[in-house]
Amino acid sequence: MNPEQDFFAHLAAGRFMIQRSRSTGGYVFYPRVAEPGTGATDLDWVEASGRGTVYSTTTIRQKPPTPNYNLALIDLEEGPRMMSRVDGIAPDEVRIGMAVAARVVREGDQSLVVFVPA
Amino acid sequence: MTERFPRGRTAIVGSATFGCGAAPGFSSMELAHQASVLALASAGLKPSDVDGLFVAITDDALSGLTFAETLGIHPRFLDNNRTGGSSFQVHAMLAAMALDAGLCDVALIAYGSNQRSSSGKLVQASRPSPWESPYRPLRPISSYALAAARHMHLYGTTRQQLGAVAVAARQWAQLNPEAFSREPLSLEDYLAARLVADPFGVRDCCLVTDGAAAVVMTRADRARDLCARPAYVLAGAQATTHREIASMADLTVTGLAEAAPRAYAQAGVKPRDIDVVEIYDAFTINTLLFLEDLGFCAKGEGGAFVEGGRIAPGGALAVNTNGGGLSCVHPGMYGLFTIVEAARQLGGAAGERQVAGARLAIAQGNGGELSHEALLILGTEETL
Repeated sequence: MNPEQDFFAHLAAGRFMIQRSRSTGGYVFYPRVAEPGTGATDLDWVEASGRGTVYSTTTIRQKPPTPNYNLALIDLEEGPRMMSRVDGIAPDEVRIGMAVAARVVREGDQSLVVFVPA
Repeated sequence: MTERFPRGRTAIVGSATFGCGAAPGFSSMELAHQASVLALASAGLKPSDVDGLFVAITDDALSGLTFAETLGIHPRFLDNNRTGGSSFQVHAMLAAMALDAGLCDVALIAYGSNQRSSSGKLVQASRPSPWESPYRPLRPISSYALAAARHMHLYGTTRQQLGAVAVAARQWAQLNPEAFSREPLSLEDYLAARLVADPFGVRDCCLVTDGAAAVVMTRADRARDLCARPAYVLAGAQATTHREIASMADLTVTGLAEAAPRAYAQAGVKPRDIDVVEIYDAFTINTLLFLEDLGFCAKGEGGAFVEGGRIAPGGALAVNTNGGGLSCVHPGMYGLFTIVEAARQLGGAAGERQVAGARLAIAQGNGGELSHEALLILGTEETL
């Protein structure tokens, strides 16, 4: 196993996990073998709180009748930022600064982390 | 330690473009060869004179080797570095250092792409990201759209201000016979364009064209023998901040904010001294971000800076005088075209769009998704 495979294995079981260094306390996402900057390799998996804030957002426009969809950058409460999307609201109603909460959803044969308004 | 760039010790003595727009029937490599032969000939040189070669062609990972073999070049110094669209600014920096160190005597920097004729869309040079692909980003457009949305949120930047960038680029393109899109573009046309990724419509996005470019560099002591008005390389600097957009610390501040002061220090000039600014405008937001980070206005003031035709022909600052990636040419990696246009302006060879008395020019490159930023400061003999 490697960090990427571990992450998706957790996700397939419904858990949104991120990494934290035992020595520095820093949180890491996306998963990797060493904390960026410090190089600390003592990374444990911890469950993300799921709380976040919309850092930026866009609506990808499609040719009708294909629906438009949201794409957003979410700042996790723990610090790291991730790409995701905000569901449960029209894609162009998502606002920068909006409080959001993570959900693990299944799409096809893939599990992924999305967010809904908190 | 102070950066010791070989200020003014090398110069661009020849430059050319080829196949800008649509060039069906040519491979990317063939387009690059055509531009290279023209650039060398403009300096009275031929391929066998080249002993320093700098190449980045997207569809061939070992493009430096292929390029050298096919054109009959046996370089003493070969570099195939690729940082994205800014690769050529890095090539020019390396060429300046290699020439100055005597590691080569004639350096050729070349690029070509047939992306329009071969695929009709932007060719993606990198792997799909497991952290982004599931959310179906429209790369690279959506990454820049996220930066624009953030800039609008923080600074009140408007779509009209982004539109001023597109309109100015088009007005410059109308003065450039080589530009691909020369039909009139009004602010109303811009605002009515189909939305792609908010806040971007199609007129916020660069062209998808074919095209090739090449520049030839030598040491300054030889430059005047090969070229009537060489463009001396006064400075070169770069900065890398991330790869994918989610890892960019602040989407409104690029690596140029850190690289540009180093370049100004190398050249011994200030933003107010610059006559011509060639910016990597893959998207309208780029022009705002880069004008800010180059120090032409404060952070957040880019929108107001470009309003009222201030960067259009006849405006306060000459920006993207060829029409830019938005209206002239954008074959996937645009950085070398900013260098060619800067050299043409300094050489007094820019025709109807010539900026009178241009002595100092910036040629800026952007790689990835605001990931890598680089700039050259070029000057005429008077600036040495």
